Amino acid sequence: MGMTMTQKILAKHAGLESVEAGQLIEAKLDMVLGNDITTPVAITEFNKAGLTQIFDKDKISIVLDHSTPCKDIKSAQLCAQAREFAKRFDITNFYDVGQMGVEHALLPEKGLVAPGETVIGADSHTCTYGALGAFSTGVGSTDMAAGMATGLAWFKVPSAIKVTLKGKFRPYVSGKDVMLHLIGEIGVDGALYKSLEFGGEGVKELAMDDRFTIANMAIEAGGKNGIFPVDDVTRAYLNGRVTRAWEAFEPDADAVYEREVVIDLDQLRPTVALPHLPSNTRTVDQVEGMPIQQVVIGSCTNGRLKDIKEAAEILKGRKVAKGVRCIVFPATQQIMLDAMAAGYIQALIEAGCAVSTPTCGPCLGGHMGVLSDGERAISTTNRNFVGRMGPVSSEIILSSPAVAAASAVTGCVTDPAKLEKL
Amino acid sequence: MKVYKYGDNVDTDVIIPARHLNNPDPKALASHCMEDIDASFASTVEEGDIIVAGANFGCGSSREHAPLSIKACGVKCVIAKSFARIFYRNSINIGFPIMECAEAAEAIQPGDKVTVDFQSGIITDETQGKTWQAAPFPAFVNGIIQSGGLLNSLKARGVAK
Repeated sequence: MGMTMTQKILAKHAGLESVEAGQLIEAKLDMVLGNDITTPVAITEFNKAGLTQIFDKDKISIVLDHSTPCKDIKSAQLCAQAREFAKRFDITNFYDVGQMGVEHALLPEKGLVAPGETVIGADSHTCTYGALGAFSTGVGSTDMAAGMATGLAWFKVPSAIKVTLKGKFRPYVSGKDVMLHLIGEIGVDGALYKSLEFGGEGVKELAMDDRFTIANMAIEAGGKNGIFPVDDVTRAYLNGRVTRAWEAFEPDADAVYEREVVIDLDQLRPTVALPHLPSNTRTVDQVEGMPIQQVVIGSCTNGRLKDIKEAAEILKGRKVAKGVRCIVFPATQQIMLDAMAAGYIQALIEAGCAVSTPTCGPCLGGHMGVLSDGERAISTTNRNFVGRMGPVSSEIILSSPAVAAASAVTGCVTDPAKLEKL
Repeated sequence: MKVYKYGDNVDTDVIIPARHLNNPDPKALASHCMEDIDASFASTVEEGDIIVAGANFGCGSSREHAPLSIKACGVKCVIAKSFARIFYRNSINIGFPIMECAEAAEAIQPGDKVTVDFQSGIITDETQGKTWQAAPFPAFVNGIIQSGGLLNSLKARGVAK
């Protein structure tokens, strides 16, 4: 029986000729990741179990990105605990304030993930690296502790949904719209325990940054992972970042998929998800005019250079509406530098945006942009659950950077195409 | 014992909001458990209570703080139509019992007296006089639970040192 891309990667890492959906396996890991919220819990479990050895100091990444630069004393103590552990085991890929970025933008940028590799991360958006043709999935802190100690993780081999992309984007449509549309179609548990395997001639139209956005939100459909085939766009991204040998996997011609979803990129319109589920989607024209008090542009979903560019091009020469706070947080130091060199940061600041050092803060209501009672934000992040960014009465609308930027200009949900005429 | 009943897609942000993740002590987490979906939960929950919920319980963030907070409240188990996959493996890895059974999750009402047998997977609603069979764990997963969690099982096998 044919295998999917994911199944082939898992078979190889489990040392098996083939695997099938539902099979329980133990796979070798190429990278184990944690952040400043999940790593301390992993360290506590690691120590509680009396463990004293890690499997490979080069294959563990610890990124202090969630509550940093530290928002309070308790967060600072958690960071100190992670810092001490990284020092104790001489962890090569430890990223602290000044070098760190939002983890899922940082690891690919640093060349720490390559096609065909297997990655677990104690962060649900670890599925992002599927954009590079890797198998990567989010786990909890105990899995992280076990992964650090053994270089192994247990998996139930997932079945898969095939997502076939056709055509090319119209203006102001991007990877975020693909994924919000897909989640709206299949639901927040539509891919529960499954892989989302992307393919079709439309893939070549997607920039690497769009692919990262799409794979990043596989978890919002309940997916175990989201994965793309490797092509020239992937190879161009890897060039200069990854020097070790890697292997690209393609699905077998007779790979088994539970279903296929076809998305015609030409037909996609800018799409938003209304409170309080990422599946509560509408095209932007259906909800234009909803007032917002805050705009958040950034995160592991949409904080990369293409995202900042799309926001800056809309905000350049315009002003953020009175009564609206627009916070932009490029996801890594390198993205910040590139955005500065391209003039994006100047355009954003002149428009009245607050531009932040990398942090996950506002996405999860941690810091750097928490909402008040009854406030509504439009945000390029990934979750709009009750209370995610503030009190239970606050609301989040998920969108692309282009829609978020256009909405910042008008103070209400706005189709960027219509902004041209204003 | 009491039953707390919730709907579909109970996410980890409402189980334990991110503003409380700066103190991962289980007792501290327990004092805020379910805060954004049921403000009275943490003050009324007692040892041996059961949470019954709809589909996709524990969706969203990978925070292990979510099952840790429920466990630290003394909740005996969560019975749901289905579980989000990271919550599912986190519960197994920390040795917290979860039971997947759509019929039981549908039928059980708050106020019912419910007993569970983890060995057999049998859920009994004594108030309604009904029993259901939860989906069994695979042997591999059962081994992790029997060892008292993932790290103990890896140590017992000699692969974690």
